[in-house]
Amino acid sequence: MMKVRLHGTRGSYPSSSPETQGYGGNTPCVEISHGPDRIILDAGTGILGVDFDTDYPAARVDIFLTHLHMDHVQGLAFCKPLFTPGREVHLWGPEDGAEPLQARLNRFLSPPLFPIPLRDIPARLQIHELSGASELVLGPFRVTADYISHPGPTLGFRVECGSGVLAYLPDHEPVIGRSHLYPEDEWVSGIHLARNADLLIHDSQYSKKEYRHKAGWGHSSLNLAAEFCHRARARRLVLFHHDPAHSDAEITRMFKKFLSKTAYDFPMELARQGQEYTL
Amino acid sequence: MSVHALEIILSRQLADSLSVPVFIVDPEGNLLFYNPAAEKVLGRKFEDTGPMPVGDWGTSFYPRDEEGNLLPPEALPLVETLSRKQPAHKTFWIDSLTGKSTKISVTAIPIIGRSHEFSGAMAIFWDTEAP
Repeated sequence: MMKVRLHGTRGSYPSSSPETQGYGGNTPCVEISHGPDRIILDAGTGILGVDFDTDYPAARVDIFLTHLHMDHVQGLAFCKPLFTPGREVHLWGPEDGAEPLQARLNRFLSPPLFPIPLRDIPARLQIHELSGASELVLGPFRVTADYISHPGPTLGFRVECGSGVLAYLPDHEPVIGRSHLYPEDEWVSGIHLARNADLLIHDSQYSKKEYRHKAGWGHSSLNLAAEFCHRARARRLVLFHHDPAHSDAEITRMFKKFLSKTAYDFPMELARQGQEYTL
Repeated sequence: MSVHALEIILSRQLADSLSVPVFIVDPEGNLLFYNPAAEKVLGRKFEDTGPMPVGDWGTSFYPRDEEGNLLPPEALPLVETLSRKQPAHKTFWIDSLTGKSTKISVTAIPIIGRSHEFSGAMAIFWDTEAP
């Protein structure tokens, strides 16, 4: 059985407002486990909620970064294993074809933005670049990565473990400035990653109305996320990357309004920090 | 069915947004898409023609030079870009699928993604006698 735990569900920037604590204020981080084996998707501030002391007896930690926007890497700076001598930390992230991943990470993890340069981090750090259509096996997990539509090099992930399949596309605008996806599947960014997944975690930052003014910003409306799930024939949709400008009450209202106008045949729900799924 | 490379998908989205005619092909030269502006020059909707191998689209429009000599597919800028992975440009005549003769200028560019993989090519063309 694969377990999927949401440590951070908020997009853009963390929110400590009491009005956002229902769905959570931490930025993206999802932990996947199968017995003692674990991998982490994204290193937003949610990664600070991962219990590395108890749950990671093995020396090795694997963190997969969809991209390097701040909300997905901010937690790295305070991620305990990076500052534990001897810990083996593998960071996996998107190749951009021009600058090595280490150099790009170093822009953030170095003075003056951060006191310790990446080269001085005491963990045994190994950085791996993933390009389009990458596939690797780590213990019981088969991870497939591919570029998806979002500003800057950005990956979506498909994680298979036993018979369970998780698709994770937290920042994704599968079609830009249109109200519907292209009718042919081969023209839909990321659809192969989500095909027949048991659980799809997908960007849904905006309402349909908001999206009209945010086309090209790299995020989806609730409507596009649901249409994407339907087209991919994924079995369950978790709506993710909540706008930090939206209170819990506003998010709930948006979702209810959306549900009242749609009739999809798969369950969908708003991502909630701390929620765990078993696949 | 496999999904096109992201840069091809984004090229189509760009083409959809342009009023200049655009043609997109894969590395083997198979026509993947042309936009509504191209439909006006070519004389048929993409929905009607669908994807086409290079041997078909390279000759369907009877491309020819100023003297009326038929141009072989390898003389077309898009095919040149496919073989050399470099931009190419040419002005020549075509017949649309409705039989209208038009002089067009074509600029083709290779589509090479972040991992330096050659994903295909895009040709932007226009009717040189259009107002």
